[in-house]
Amino acid sequence: MDPLKRVTGIVAPLDMANVDTDQVIPKQFLKRIERTGFGEFAFFNWRYLEDGVPNPDFILNQAAYQGASILVSGPNFGSGSSREHAPWALKEYGFMAVIAPSFGDIFRNNCFQNGMAPIILSQAGVDTIMARALRKPGYTLTVDVEGQRVYDDEGFSESFEMEPFRRESLVEGLDEIGRSLQNSDVITEFEEAHPARW
Amino acid sequence: MPETTPRTMFQKIWEQHIVGDEEEGKPALLYIDLHLIHEVTSPQAFEGLRLANRAVRRPDLVVAVADHDVPTTPRDTEVVIEDPIAKQQLETLDANTRDFGIELFDMYSPEQGIVHVIGPEMGVTQPGMTIVCGDSHTATHGAFGALAFGIGTSEIEHVLATQCLMQARPKTMEVRVIGDLQPGVTGKDLILSIIGQIGVAGGVGHVIEYTGQAIRDLSMEARMTVCNMSIEGGARAGMIAPDEKTFDYLRGRKKVPQGDAFDEAVEGWKQFVTDEDAEFDTVVEINAAEIEPRVTWGTNPGQVAGISGNVPHPEDYELPGDQENAARALEYMNLNPGQRITDISVDRVFIGSCTNGRIEDIRAAAAIAKGYKVAPDVRAMIVPGSTPMKKIAEEEGLDQILIEAGFEWRTAGCSMCLGMNPDILTPGERCASTSNRNFEGRQGRGGLTHLVSPEMAAAAAIEGHFVDVRDWEKAED
Repeated sequence: MDPLKRVTGIVAPLDMANVDTDQVIPKQFLKRIERTGFGEFAFFNWRYLEDGVPNPDFILNQAAYQGASILVSGPNFGSGSSREHAPWALKEYGFMAVIAPSFGDIFRNNCFQNGMAPIILSQAGVDTIMARALRKPGYTLTVDVEGQRVYDDEGFSESFEMEPFRRESLVEGLDEIGRSLQNSDVITEFEEAHPARW
Repeated sequence: MPETTPRTMFQKIWEQHIVGDEEEGKPALLYIDLHLIHEVTSPQAFEGLRLANRAVRRPDLVVAVADHDVPTTPRDTEVVIEDPIAKQQLETLDANTRDFGIELFDMYSPEQGIVHVIGPEMGVTQPGMTIVCGDSHTATHGAFGALAFGIGTSEIEHVLATQCLMQARPKTMEVRVIGDLQPGVTGKDLILSIIGQIGVAGGVGHVIEYTGQAIRDLSMEARMTVCNMSIEGGARAGMIAPDEKTFDYLRGRKKVPQGDAFDEAVEGWKQFVTDEDAEFDTVVEINAAEIEPRVTWGTNPGQVAGISGNVPHPEDYELPGDQENAARALEYMNLNPGQRITDISVDRVFIGSCTNGRIEDIRAAAAIAKGYKVAPDVRAMIVPGSTPMKKIAEEEGLDQILIEAGFEWRTAGCSMCLGMNPDILTPGERCASTSNRNFEGRQGRGGLTHLVSPEMAAAAAIEGHFVDVRDWEKAED
C-alpha cells in the first residue's frame, strides 16, 4: 500500500449526517469481483439523475469541487453496511482523506486498510471547514497524518487523535497481513492449546 | 489480572482469544473461531491471497454460503441468473471455495440460507466463540453469547491468511431492559426502541450486552433479531448471555458436540456470563413495558415512532442538525409532518431477512394472515431465511396459509432486504419490511421502506396500511 504522510487538496463539503455506505456505493455495484471500477459509481443515486445525467444540484458535480481530494461530512459518516466497496469507491474517485465528527466503525477500519485517512475532528472544526468549503470555491486544506493535524492557510488548525498503530500503518504504508504472519508461531501455539469447537 | 476481578462476558471471551500478549495502546491479535463468508464481500479477499501467494490457514474454520445475489424463485430446476455480473460473483465463490478447500452451501444445497440464519441453524454458532463475517449483521450470532462482528474485505483476507484479526479493544455498553414487553410487542419493536433511544451512532466503538428479564424472556429467534440490529445503533457487536434456552436451541444440531459431549460443552459455556459487579463503560436503561409496536418513518432505523403516534415535525427536534435530518427524511419518504402512522398505506410487504426471516417470524406472520386476504393493491412476499426453515414451515402448513392469503412464498436468500437479486422496489413504492435498514434506495432506487415486525408487516399487507397488531382479531377457524 502507498504511504500516506499528508495530503493537501480541495475540500468537497457533503453537509449531511449519517451518510451510510449504501449511499456511498449502492448495492447494484457490489457484484464486481475486482477492487477497482467503483469510483465512477460513488454516490451514484445522488450524483446522477434517473436518466443517467449528472445531477447539477449534487455538490460533487459542481465545478468548484472538481479534483477534490478531501471529503468533509457530518457525524456517523460511513454507517451501515460493511462493504469495503465504499472506501474503494471514494479512493478511486480521488479522496485521500475523509473528515467527520464521527464514523461508522467498520467503514473507518476499511479506510485504514486502503491507505485512506478517516479523520475525526470536533463538530466545531468540521463546521468551520464545511462553511469555508461551501463559501469559497477551491478552498484547500492540509491533512497531516504524520503530525496528526489538519490546517488551512486562513488560520484554521486542529489536531486529531489516531491510534498509533493506525497512524504508523498509513504513514509507512504497511501490510497488516504481513505483520500478523510474522506471529505465525504464536498463532500455532494458540491453536495447539485451543482445539476447534466444531 | 487476579482471578477475582469481576469481568463482563465480552471481556472473558476477548481475553480467551488473545494470541500472544495484549499491550496497552496496541491492537490485540484476536483468534477467530469461525469465519463465515458469502459471495459479495469475499472475491477480492481471495484475489489478494492469490496475488501474495498466500494460503488459507484454516479452511476447516471457514463456512461459505451463497445468499445475497441468489434469486428467490423456485430451484427445483436450474436457476437462470440473468445478471451476468451476479452470476460471475456466484461462480467465483464456487471456484474460490473449491480451490482453497472451504465448505460451501450453494443455492441448490438443502442447507443453504442467509449466512446469519444458517450459522445457528447448523450449530456452528456456539457460546464463547469469536465469529466474523464480511457483513455488518454478523452481530446476530451474539445472541448465543458469542463475540460476533462484521468486517471488511481486507480483514476477510487477513482472517483467511492468519485466522486472526488485529483489533483494538472496544468499549462495553450494557443495555438493561427492565419491565415486560406487552403482548403483540416483539424483539423487533424492542431493538427499534433501543436504537431510537441511543441513536444510530449511540453504540459506536462499543460492544453491547443486552440484559434484564425482558431479554431472558425472549426466544432465541427474538434474541437474534435484537443482536442483529446492534450495528444500526452503531455497535459492531451485540451479545446476550447464554442460558438454558440457548443450550436447548443448540442441542442436537449438526455441528455441536453430541450426547455426553454436549452436556460437557454446556458446562463450559456457562462461564460466559457477566460477573456480578463487573463494570461497563456505558449503561443504558430502557423500560420494555412502555414500548408499543414500532414503525420507522425516516431513512435511518433511529427515526421511528409507535403505532399510535404520528410522523414528527422537524421542529420537534432540539438540534438544528436533527431538524435538517428529519426534514430531509420526510421529503424522501414523501410523508407529511403530523400524519398518523396508521394512515400510511403500503404497496409492498417484505417478510424475511437475517433480522426477521426465521421460523418464529413466519409462524407469527401466518397467525396474523390466517383466514384473511392481502389487500388488492398490495404485493406481499415471504422469503424464508433458509432452505431447511422453508421446509419446516411447509411441514407445518404455514406456506399454504400464507399462499391462500395471497402472499408469495419464495425460496431462501437475502432478497429484498438489500435488493442485490431481482427482488427490488420501483421508485415511489412504499414497503412494510421486516428487514434492518430503511436507508434511501436500500430496497431499490426511490423505494420507501418502513421497518416493522413480522406481525405488523403481515397486518399491513392485509389492511393495506399500518395497524396496531395488539388490536388484531384473528379470523375464526
